[in-house]
Amino acid sequence: MTSIDTASTAASSHVPDASGRFGDFGRRFVPETLMHALEELTAAYEQAKNDDAFQAELSDLLKNYVGRPSPLYFAQRLTEHCGGAQIYLKREDLNHTGAHKINNTIGQALLTLRMGKKRVIAETGAGQHGVATATACARFGMECVVFMGEEDIRRQRLNVFNMKTMGAEVRPVTSGSRTLRDAVNEAMRDWMASVGDTHYIIGSVVGPHPFPMMVRDFQAVIGNETREQILESAGCLPNEIIACVGGGSNSAGMFYPFVEDAEVKLTGVEAGGRSSDSGEHAATITYGGPGVLHGSYSYVLQDDDGQTLDVHSISAGLDYPGVGPEHAYWKDTGRVQYTPITDSEALDAFQKMATLEGILPAIESSHAIAQVLKTARKRDPNDIVVVCLSGRGDKDVNEVARLLGREI
Amino acid sequence: MSRINDTFSELQSRGQMAFMPFVTAGDPDMAATLALIRELAERGVDLIEVGFPYSDPIADGPVIQASYTRALEKGLHVNDIFEGVGSLKGENIPPLVAMVSYAIIFRIGIDAFLARAKESGFSGLIVPDLPGDEAADFAAAVKKHELDLIQLVSPLTPPERVERILSAASGFVYCISVAGTTGVRNELPAELQDQLEWLKTKTDLPLAVGFGVSRPDQVESLRAVADGIIVGSAIVRQLEPPAETSAAVTQVGEFAAEMLTATRNN
Repeated sequence: MTSIDTASTAASSHVPDASGRFGDFGRRFVPETLMHALEELTAAYEQAKNDDAFQAELSDLLKNYVGRPSPLYFAQRLTEHCGGAQIYLKREDLNHTGAHKINNTIGQALLTLRMGKKRVIAETGAGQHGVATATACARFGMECVVFMGEEDIRRQRLNVFNMKTMGAEVRPVTSGSRTLRDAVNEAMRDWMASVGDTHYIIGSVVGPHPFPMMVRDFQAVIGNETREQILESAGCLPNEIIACVGGGSNSAGMFYPFVEDAEVKLTGVEAGGRSSDSGEHAATITYGGPGVLHGSYSYVLQDDDGQTLDVHSISAGLDYPGVGPEHAYWKDTGRVQYTPITDSEALDAFQKMATLEGILPAIESSHAIAQVLKTARKRDPNDIVVVCLSGRGDKDVNEVARLLGREI
Repeated sequence: MSRINDTFSELQSRGQMAFMPFVTAGDPDMAATLALIRELAERGVDLIEVGFPYSDPIADGPVIQASYTRALEKGLHVNDIFEGVGSLKGENIPPLVAMVSYAIIFRIGIDAFLARAKESGFSGLIVPDLPGDEAADFAAAVKKHELDLIQLVSPLTPPERVERILSAASGFVYCISVAGTTGVRNELPAELQDQLEWLKTKTDLPLAVGFGVSRPDQVESLRAVADGIIVGSAIVRQLEPPAETSAAVTQVGEFAAEMLTATRNN
């Protein structure tokens, strides 16, 4: 398994296989105690996916509770500013709770009910996935425990308050680096002991099979809507789609429905942080290599001994030393191009978006905006570029104000 | 026959259980770990598990996690562990088993890691995040390097999985006593006895019980159904700061002596 020979083959949308392989990536590297639960979850998800009643209930909730479909908005002033391609924004920021995360938590919460489990656990970094999980649990009356690094709790007090208000318990994680990576570790440890009555709602396309596949499927609503909307408004597929990549859930959901449309360029934007030095960024695919972390085989940021490296990003949501295995597969097949955007480029994009379009984007999504600001002008005015605006930026205003030296 | 097989057959012929302590490599430093291994060897323990500190050990409870963090913060590298353990060659040391994450093995390279482990004097490996399903190729590589691959069975492992897991196992079977992470627990679950009895009908490999075992009185209840017990957190916590190394080593030695009395008592 040390050899990876997916490089010569085209990316397929018929992945993963039954053992959770995206090419050679993915699979299950977890303690035996979790294996049976993962097998049960895989079976339960397969059944649900093919059950019309489940899909109908999910669609109804996405429409009436989440507020889907989210608009595909032509950003006229941003387009004029760049002076090249026509730029469209997929407005995931307009979903209930303000980000794409809820697409996945509603889906997994429905699955939890179906499996007869009463308790949900989740990890969160910035708190967006924690809030989306607490929301879904409140909606369905389930017990919810969210693991969050002590350091992140301090920085994201608004989201912590929101989660608690919706009845979730926020459990501080004090081990290791006290951030997202340790919150995942703690959630997995809880799950080892509670797996009989508890479902773990992972927030991204990471972790052991079936999570990367299942989260991608729940997020694919983003790409599926985008395809329909752009065909209706422009009459053709876009030339390029850009999305930010931390663990990679909004990008996986956006890209997946276009994987076999070779004419659509797909660009994943990673957190380039302050520099390419180790510990100064969170650009796992750009600067990392293949390895095992949190139950799957993908790209990781590790030292020569396999120890996970510290990461940094202006964006707490991208501040993660791993990435979903399907992204590793897309990288090695050449289907998706991955590129880093620095903290300062993202901050600049945040401000441009505010003044040009009257939209405060999440600092995560600002990385994708920064990429279009860099590249749209090189394109023909007939070209179409879609950017996934994965979340809104209210949660980031304190941090942005601090970095700009302003008071709120 | 591997050294691990020899150890168990000798104990079985005497009707005794194996006592297998776990130590974290490099906590507080490799010199202390080697002193601890020598002390345990002198007390007569049957096998020693050496934990390779890992940054993200999801199967471990707070005590072992914290010891891993302490060791890594001091800059411990995998090479230091192999060099330290290798320096014990020629001494009277029981079989050593590396408890190591697949993340570490994969990064270093399977063959390179296994060659180094063999050369340093390890007899086998436990890879807690490499379940039986993913272990087939790795098990073949382990065999090629004449090492044992110890497989884990949990209380939640259904019978058909157990059969698949056993097909890749050698040395002994590590029976996890409770669903959860490593750590001291007051009671062992009642279902454990039944599972061990059933496992006995499925394999000739010795059965060793770990996770949650920490006291001599827990040995008695397992005597009829298990061939050995593994104790980790109860030992590792003796080295927690501000413990003084030589005192901690003596304390662990005394604890080992008590556990040995319990396992030898037949």
